[in-house]
Amino acid sequence: MTSKMRLLAATTCVAAITMLGGQASANDELIKLSKTPGQWAIPSGNYASQRYSDLKQINVNTAKNLHPVWTFSTGVLRGHEGGPLVIGDTMYLSTPFPNKVFALDLNNNGRILWSYEPKQDPNVIPVMCCDTVNRGVAYGNGKIFLHQADTTLVALDAQTGKVAWSVKDDDPAKGATGTSAPLVVKNMVLVGVSGGEFGVQGHVTAYNIDDGKVVWRAYSEGPDNQLLFDANTTSMGKPVGADSSLKTWQGDQWKIGGGDTWGWISYDPSLNLVYYGSGNPSTWNPTQRPGDNKWSMTIFARDADTGVAKWVYQMTPHDQWDYDGVNEMILADVPVHGRMTKALVHFDRNGFAYVMDRTDGKLLEAQKYDPRVNWATHVDMTTGVPQVVSQYAPGDQGADHNTKGICPAALGSKDEQPAAYSPVTHMFYVPTNHVCMDYEPFKVSYTAGQPYVGATLSMFPPEGESNLGNFIAYDVNTGKIAWSDPEMFSVWSGALATAGGVAAYGTLDGKLKVVDDRNGRLLYDFKTPSGIIGNVNTYTHNGKQYLAVLSGVGGWAGIGMAAGLTEDTAGLGAVGAYKALSNYTQLGGVLTVFGLSN
Amino acid sequence: MNLENLLRRASLLAVAALLFSGPVCRADDAKPYTVKDGKVDENTMKGYLYYGDQCMRCHGPDGLGSSYAPNLTDSLKTMSKQKFEETVINGKKDVNQASDKVMPSFGLNVDVATNLDNIYAYLKARSDGALGRGHPDVIGE
Repeated sequence: MTSKMRLLAATTCVAAITMLGGQASANDELIKLSKTPGQWAIPSGNYASQRYSDLKQINVNTAKNLHPVWTFSTGVLRGHEGGPLVIGDTMYLSTPFPNKVFALDLNNNGRILWSYEPKQDPNVIPVMCCDTVNRGVAYGNGKIFLHQADTTLVALDAQTGKVAWSVKDDDPAKGATGTSAPLVVKNMVLVGVSGGEFGVQGHVTAYNIDDGKVVWRAYSEGPDNQLLFDANTTSMGKPVGADSSLKTWQGDQWKIGGGDTWGWISYDPSLNLVYYGSGNPSTWNPTQRPGDNKWSMTIFARDADTGVAKWVYQMTPHDQWDYDGVNEMILADVPVHGRMTKALVHFDRNGFAYVMDRTDGKLLEAQKYDPRVNWATHVDMTTGVPQVVSQYAPGDQGADHNTKGICPAALGSKDEQPAAYSPVTHMFYVPTNHVCMDYEPFKVSYTAGQPYVGATLSMFPPEGESNLGNFIAYDVNTGKIAWSDPEMFSVWSGALATAGGVAAYGTLDGKLKVVDDRNGRLLYDFKTPSGIIGNVNTYTHNGKQYLAVLSGVGGWAGIGMAAGLTEDTAGLGAVGAYKALSNYTQLGGVLTVFGLSN
Repeated sequence: MNLENLLRRASLLAVAALLFSGPVCRADDAKPYTVKDGKVDENTMKGYLYYGDQCMRCHGPDGLGSSYAPNLTDSLKTMSKQKFEETVINGKKDVNQASDKVMPSFGLNVDVATNLDNIYAYLKARSDGALGRGHPDVIGE
């Protein structure tokens, strides 16, 4: 048997599944795959971004029998966010810069079927805001889609790794970079852009799945024809009207206004709407950009075919804290105040858990999911505007003034690390940060491709506490935290929920943890080779269930905590929290796959 | 120092680097910072702010390094001021199988260029152990 023949034999199963797609759209194939227990075909598990699996071999009773069954080193050292896909008998994963892609044979302990490494100018490395992370590849129509650091979107043949097409999304010379996972919707590949610390005007673009031609591009800020807003675009139930973005910026500032789209994208096939959030307005110095800075910090619901916005909601008008609104939009049909609701649930950086009616953008609930959040007292449910506490608002306190004791820190109560939702318990399992900050804004100049930040900050744990993170179960029906597991460091790993009654996540000091989803009780943990900022996935192979997660400390977590946090200026933090992460873990990208003993 | 001066200095430094193959020796008597009772002079304070603005993103809080960029309070124990300036202005590349470290060139960055001495003063104070972590106060304020 030649090696080529062996390769063909190994990938037969993939070929069969790919052909199921046939003439149907990539959509139908993905919906089918994401409903097939044992596959993980979409970065967030399914279009609803629930990170939930029907599998239940690994459950409350069996989790204690988990153990690592095979591992794979990616050969790359920096922060490994995202997680693997599993299509048929093949696992696909990507790495931080240089953005290698591996297709691993599950029939052969992860033997490499093919690998791909793009040629990229290393000058893109230092314009990546917070490490050279990549949050995973997408699959559709027999292709694997990679969003490279230099913003190139490349389509690879899923069976051979050969490049089918590639397209440049934006320009790294001005600070635009690619970190997010693409999402395949219908016969399009959707992708956002990073660059909020470089004044990049954010956008989401839909490319034709067959040739990479632009279908639509929608900006976060600018004139209506760039926003793709029309007379029917609403916010809080009312049409936003003409020039809704331009009116909220001074002069041309929107052109370097940020609002980048580096988080996750969700899709509701029955409503044909895609959902995502936009990031911080640039610069971080609020006094330099008066106005609400729309539509930064916004949840967008757009028609998948045209990109036209159906509704929008700005969570943090005139941001003064770097509370990017890019975190995942979880679509769930869930009881809210006792009534079954087609909800969109979003745990924002700003510390509020937003529950919207995803059909029309009505705000149903906005509650703090970390009790220490202090920058706003509450969200006005009539206007949707947060009631800001002036003492903790750097913009109110003015430039060149150090505003102290703001919670949460710029990292947010949660960053991009996605939460999971279990339709069995109706609970959301949320990895959180428990960190506060001092924030001093000051005037900065804009130069294309140079940092455009305009603030300095120091971070520390909330007064009297020493844990920098929590893994929580959140109930949107009551708007309350059901249980909370404290963690020494921020929980920077995407969660998993399953029908087995267990939830799983990773910790910055490198542990994979499996807990009882009813009470958070620890059922199993294992220390992997490096800190975990990747997302836990699950799949089956030959009828057995596995968990898979990437280790590889880094990302923003690796910047803020490698040296340990600062003692806060007011001396409020607890001494125990200053332990440096570097005393617990070192760099190194490794995939670890866990299974049950026989 | 204005930008033009700085760029001129950058090119001079490049020439100097070509001329001297060995380490550059210089008198370094005067400290570039003043620290009194944990408080600093105004220039060092500016250095703290612009460090946070431009450098912290990679080099971590208080100059202590991140998971991928060096701890500058260590680096400055042996690095000369010239080498510091040259690195900030021209950037640095260390990309190979085992490493993917790239520092950008800040030569055209007005905020860095006009605060280069201040950023150095702040980091040197940290490196010398004269200044602790966090936001310093200014002497007399």
